[in-house]
Amino acid sequence: MPDATVPAVEMRGIVKRFPGVLANDHVDLTVRAGEIHALLGENGAGKTTLMNILYGIYHPDEGEIFVKGQRVHIRSPRDAIRLGIGMVHQQFRLVPSHTVLENVVLGLPGNFFFPERAARRRVQEFAQQYGLHVDPDARIWQLSAGEQQRVEIIKALYRGADILILDEPTSMLTPREIEELMSIVRRMADEGHTVVFITHKLDEVFAVSDRVTVLRQGRVIATRETAHTDKRELARLMVGRDVLFRLEKHPVAIGSTALEVQDLHVRNDRGLPAVRGVSFSIAAGEILGIAGVAGNGQRELVEALAGLRPVEKGRVLLNGEDVTNRSPRALVQRGVCYVPGERIVGTVPNLSVAENLILKTYDQAPVCRGIFLDSRSVASHADSLIEQYAVATPSRETPLKLLSGGNIQRTILARETSGEPTLLMAAHPTSGLDVGATEYIRQVLLSQREKGTAILLVSEDLEEILQLSDRIAVMYNGELMGILPADQADLETIGMMMAGVHRTP
Amino acid sequence: MNSLPRIRLEKRLDTPRWLGIATPVFSVLAALLVIALIFGLLGVNPLIAYARIFTGAFGSLYGLSETVTKAIPLMLAGVGLAVAFRTRVYNIGAEGQLLIGAICATGVALFVPGIPDGLRLPAMFGAGALGGALWALIPAVLKARLRIDEVLTSLMTVYIASELVNHLVYGPWKGPGEWGFPYTDKFPLAAQIPRIGITRVHYPTLILALLAAVLAYILVQRTRWGFEIRVTGENPEAARYAGMNYLRTVMLVMALSGALAGIAGVGEVAGIHYRLRYPQGISPGYGFTAIIVAWLARLNPLGVILTSLLIGGLLVGGDAIQLAMGLPSATVYLFNGMILLFVLGGDLFTRYRIRMEFPGRTVVTPVRLEQEEVG
Ligand SMILES: Nc1ncnc2c1ncn2[C@@H]1O[C@H](COP(=O)(O)OP(=O)(O)OP(=O)(O)O)[C@@H](O)[C@H]1O
Ligand SMILES: [Mg+2]
Repeated sequence: MPDATVPAVEMRGIVKRFPGVLANDHVDLTVRAGEIHALLGENGAGKTTLMNILYGIYHPDEGEIFVKGQRVHIRSPRDAIRLGIGMVHQQFRLVPSHTVLENVVLGLPGNFFFPERAARRRVQEFAQQYGLHVDPDARIWQLSAGEQQRVEIIKALYRGADILILDEPTSMLTPREIEELMSIVRRMADEGHTVVFITHKLDEVFAVSDRVTVLRQGRVIATRETAHTDKRELARLMVGRDVLFRLEKHPVAIGSTALEVQDLHVRNDRGLPAVRGVSFSIAAGEILGIAGVAGNGQRELVEALAGLRPVEKGRVLLNGEDVTNRSPRALVQRGVCYVPGERIVGTVPNLSVAENLILKTYDQAPVCRGIFLDSRSVASHADSLIEQYAVATPSRETPLKLLSGGNIQRTILARETSGEPTLLMAAHPTSGLDVGATEYIRQVLLSQREKGTAILLVSEDLEEILQLSDRIAVMYNGELMGILPADQADLETIGMMMAGVHRTP
Repeated sequence: MNSLPRIRLEKRLDTPRWLGIATPVFSVLAALLVIALIFGLLGVNPLIAYARIFTGAFGSLYGLSETVTKAIPLMLAGVGLAVAFRTRVYNIGAEGQLLIGAICATGVALFVPGIPDGLRLPAMFGAGALGGALWALIPAVLKARLRIDEVLTSLMTVYIASELVNHLVYGPWKGPGEWGFPYTDKFPLAAQIPRIGITRVHYPTLILALLAAVLAYILVQRTRWGFEIRVTGENPEAARYAGMNYLRTVMLVMALSGALAGIAGVGEVAGIHYRLRYPQGISPGYGFTAIIVAWLARLNPLGVILTSLLIGGLLVGGDAIQLAMGLPSATVYLFNGMILLFVLGGDLFTRYRIRMEFPGRTVVTPVRLEQEEVG
């Protein structure tokens, strides 16, 4: 049993500077033993940096760290692990072609001979104890995001972590997986583990945490008992102003059909049918929301429409023109924009922010003149988007990978939504964004709609779908369960359809 | 208790600028240090050997001119490889593309009648570049279309090219005036590249090489194709997503590196030997050495100008000590191998930080001690 009087972690006066940014500015953070402590803050507030310091990835410029009452110098993740600290990052770091078991023991000392039986037994114990169910022999690439996350948690526990840091653990999960994760986290806390939980979703803060600390621009603004605060207060602490939680959705005259999809069939990476006979259309100035539990073919559908995945059967018409199986290039030129669900697909981490912003327009005027890139227009293009979308970056020349998760997402959104697309497809556009940015991006989608763009919105977040869409389609097992006008859609109906109940209008 | 420090690697998030320059320099120094040890074991004083190498390569006008002469093919092929490797297209077949360039130039020099004298050399350069490019497209097409790994296929095309040269010089192209040697006839005067004075520096090829380095730099950094090259090399998935044509980019860089290697081959037959000879007589592995040149320059085409001169000097200096100190002819390969090893290994330092950990000092230290340390 942990000693309740000694904090599990105490960070005092932590300062971390990066070129051009003060990521942590004299941060004090106390995490009590056995508590679930939520860490809240806007994109770029310094949450990940602070936790990376605790996990030994970065070294603080100033400040001291105490773990279980003792002053420590954490110089690397290995030191952190030795102190019982484990971390699950925003991006998972598993080896896709290895099995769960192999990933769990990977990199442990004294494992030259694979101690398979012992490892298997421990993994099964964790499954029992915390509900961390996952097939130990499955290969990582076969697992959903939620399952991969469980493997990461098991990995940390296997290394003896009793202080677990979860960095935006819910941003890639389905609502069901989120609930499972919450119960896992609670069970771990009941067993005496300490959990630091980074999130942007206020609901999650209230669902799971005992206390919450809010960071803004590298500084601690407040620490509260979760029971003694509310959403409104937290949002204000986080953003520094009142957040409206309200969008202005004006009625728009629906234009002609921009996208028409007829009896589409697409296979997934494993060659199995993933989209099976899907038909729908979207008019200019209309938002079609696609709801559904992840893994029901949404990703394959959108990739096929972006030209990134072959269409096996069926037709895709864009403004009446047959564009089935045309190259991504041809579609980009016809004004198809796409915000992919996985950030790594849409970015080049080692190139600068400015270069990432011209990823799709690099061969068009004014960025491109003849065969040359016009560096001045690249720069001014970058500057105006950085300002317009409030991307927090030291400069436009900073490599994209150094930005915070939410600011990388903003960069992608800036690139994809700033032009005048014919068709805009957005998969989980607000995942990883703070409340202010979420509000802003939703507003951007709505104003695109007003400009006459046809928008295909894929999201796990039903609230988002209901808020933005004109019509809502539900995808289940590769098929559309039906399409509803937004005013006829309620959570119950959609929930039934997501579970596979057909509904024909 | 055992008190040996443990060495650990830690990933760096970004590479400081100075490291990008320091790493190759230190890699070369480290390689020289190890080779010094080997010299020592062979009973050769390494300091004397290095002094000889240096004076041999840079200490006299003759040495210097030879260094430049050898740098020409290294520069040409190295620039092309730097661009290809940037794209993560691993063309290992520059040696073969160089030989094909030599064959094509010879064909135009000896067997195509009716070209005006003034156009003979440009035609040879053109044919060599074209031949090298087409030859490089074989592995390129196999990679882009059938996803066959280009490392193997491009290497295999070297041996085919080499046998082709052998076949020609022992067979159909063997010159009647060459006393039974496996040579073609000597090129006519109009097909010989002019040199500087009594040196072997065939300067038109040198100018082409320098031009290639500058143009390749501009290509990569400033043009839209260069943007495609960088994106494709960094994240092929993003390149596809952005609508870039992977097939075209792979073909472009392979053709480019093949063409430059081909031009290097033209320079060797038309600037040095004035005839096609058995393969080792044309190139002592310039196409392979160019791989080192490209990596040492950290894949920067402008850097290749420097590194090709450095490695060229090493080749010349290596020859010098072979003669003067009675070292085996493989000594030069020792240099090449060691340097490549250390340059590739040294790349580690740009991505990781090395930390020493002393078992005596554990992580958890009493507060008092730490405060002294922080002071
Ligand atoms: N290695 C680095 N080099 C330079 N700047 C960095 C580095 N890591 C983070 N930063 C900067 O530090 C600031 C804080 O980033 P951090 O990743 O901690 O934010 P965050 O609170 O986790 O945000 P998000 O919610 O978007 O993930 C950002 O401005 C980011 O650009
Ligand atoms: Mg973060």
